Amino acid sequence: MTSLRDGRVIVVEDLVVAYGTAVALDHVTLQVGAGEMVALLGPNGAGKSTLANALAGLVEPASGTVRVGGRAALIPEGRQLFPDLSVADNLALGGWRSGERDPSAVYDVLPRLAELAGRRAGVLSGGEQQMVAFGRALMSRPSVLVVDELSLGLAPGVTADLAAHLAGLNRSRGLTVLLIEQNARLAFELCPRAYVLEAGRVVAEGESAELAGDPRVAGAYLGGSVA
Amino acid sequence: MSAFLTYLLNGLAVGCAIALIASGLVVIHRVTGVVNFAQGTFAVVAGLCTSSLLGLGLPHGASEVAAVLAAAVTGLLTGLAAVGRPGTTPLSSLIVTLGVGVLAYAVEIVLWGDQPRSAPGLAGSVTVAGARIQTQHLLVIAVTALAFAALALFFGRTYLGKALTACASNPYAARVVGIDVRRMGLLAFALGGLLGGIAGVLVTPLRPISFDTDVTLIVNGFAAAVFGALTRPVVTLAGALLLGVAETMAAGYGYGSHQLEIALGLMLVVMIVQAGRRSALSQESA
Repeated sequence: MTSLRDGRVIVVEDLVVAYGTAVALDHVTLQVGAGEMVALLGPNGAGKSTLANALAGLVEPASGTVRVGGRAALIPEGRQLFPDLSVADNLALGGWRSGERDPSAVYDVLPRLAELAGRRAGVLSGGEQQMVAFGRALMSRPSVLVVDELSLGLAPGVTADLAAHLAGLNRSRGLTVLLIEQNARLAFELCPRAYVLEAGRVVAEGESAELAGDPRVAGAYLGGSVA
Repeated sequence: MSAFLTYLLNGLAVGCAIALIASGLVVIHRVTGVVNFAQGTFAVVAGLCTSSLLGLGLPHGASEVAAVLAAAVTGLLTGLAAVGRPGTTPLSSLIVTLGVGVLAYAVEIVLWGDQPRSAPGLAGSVTVAGARIQTQHLLVIAVTALAFAALALFFGRTYLGKALTACASNPYAARVVGIDVRRMGLLAFALGGLLGGIAGVLVTPLRPISFDTDVTLIVNGFAAAVFGALTRPVVTLAGALLLGVAETMAAGYGYGSHQLEIALGLMLVVMIVQAGRRSALSQESA
């Protein structure tokens, strides 16, 4: 894995992103180390997806810097598949940057995708589509995976299955993960460290256990109970 | 009966030329969301180039290929003007393509003058079941069949074709996986130019081409493309064939001065019936 300095693979410094006059990210600074799993929490409209897009190079910063060591792959919010193409084609297009066309390695990690290979992506269930989005991101052979709302619209069992795959890849391959989630329990369970983003600003950061114990964070994201 | 068959076969050939124009519109619209009103210009450029190159003594084959490539380059330049700047909306791009069409008039008049030009095609005719059809018409049908088969293979079997389909299907997701959507849009315009160019070199031996022939070509092509909802090549082909046959029948049975109006009226009726059936089906399934 290509790290930037001090073993960090994501370095965001003083990042400002604006859509016209609306400021989506307001001087955001965060860092993620190589092989870390870090969560980013926040309510709707906090700027989480904008940060994900900035990390994937899809939006231009107004000011500040975004640096990623190695290749970052994004699993976007709402899966964002190519619904008219087959699962195999979706996966193959995931290898556009890496030049990888053969999905065998992805089938080894997510065997269910091999069974779905010939099906049109648009007719799959939400969980299956999320798995395709996961596999498509892996096809680019990323060193950093940015996951925008892994659990959105999925049954708890499906989410747990995907989360287990994510944790497994982090352990076995040292894949760095930035998990953007509204489900704070899942995020704190998976990621030892987290940031909280509100109205485009980082309002809290630290160890997940500490954040979960913070009454303000617990009140806003854990339904008032301390995990 | 043989007159009917003659009109039918000739109509199919006319429809095939319309289908090539329309397929260019569909390819560009599918990938970029832009309705390209300069599509007829590509055919005119190719037709006028063929006429000049043959006039300069270049052999058949080489002249037509060079003319089609010139149309593809015109398509690419139109694409650069229409979608080359990131963030251009499809509506703005549509206006740009109209502007390109008008600009092309000036360039074509400077280069070729305002008089219609023609080019020799395949001579002779063949008789099929008592009906006589020009050999050039058979060539139009054969080339169109090949072009549509090649398009189907390109979009259905090749990685690049699937990347183009991906851009049409979900441009944001295409950017997520690293596809340069703008570059794909330019490729679509070049492909549209190529298809328009093929139509141009095939049609020029059948009817003289001048700088403003693009209007007739785009009206027919647009009608067929709309028939296929600007996204479905096979339905577009069916619409173009219907249009071509209707126009030729109208002309053959003595309504030559109103052939376009009759054909477009027929298309309108078919589309209204189609819309009515779709509406009934969606109400039943609701």
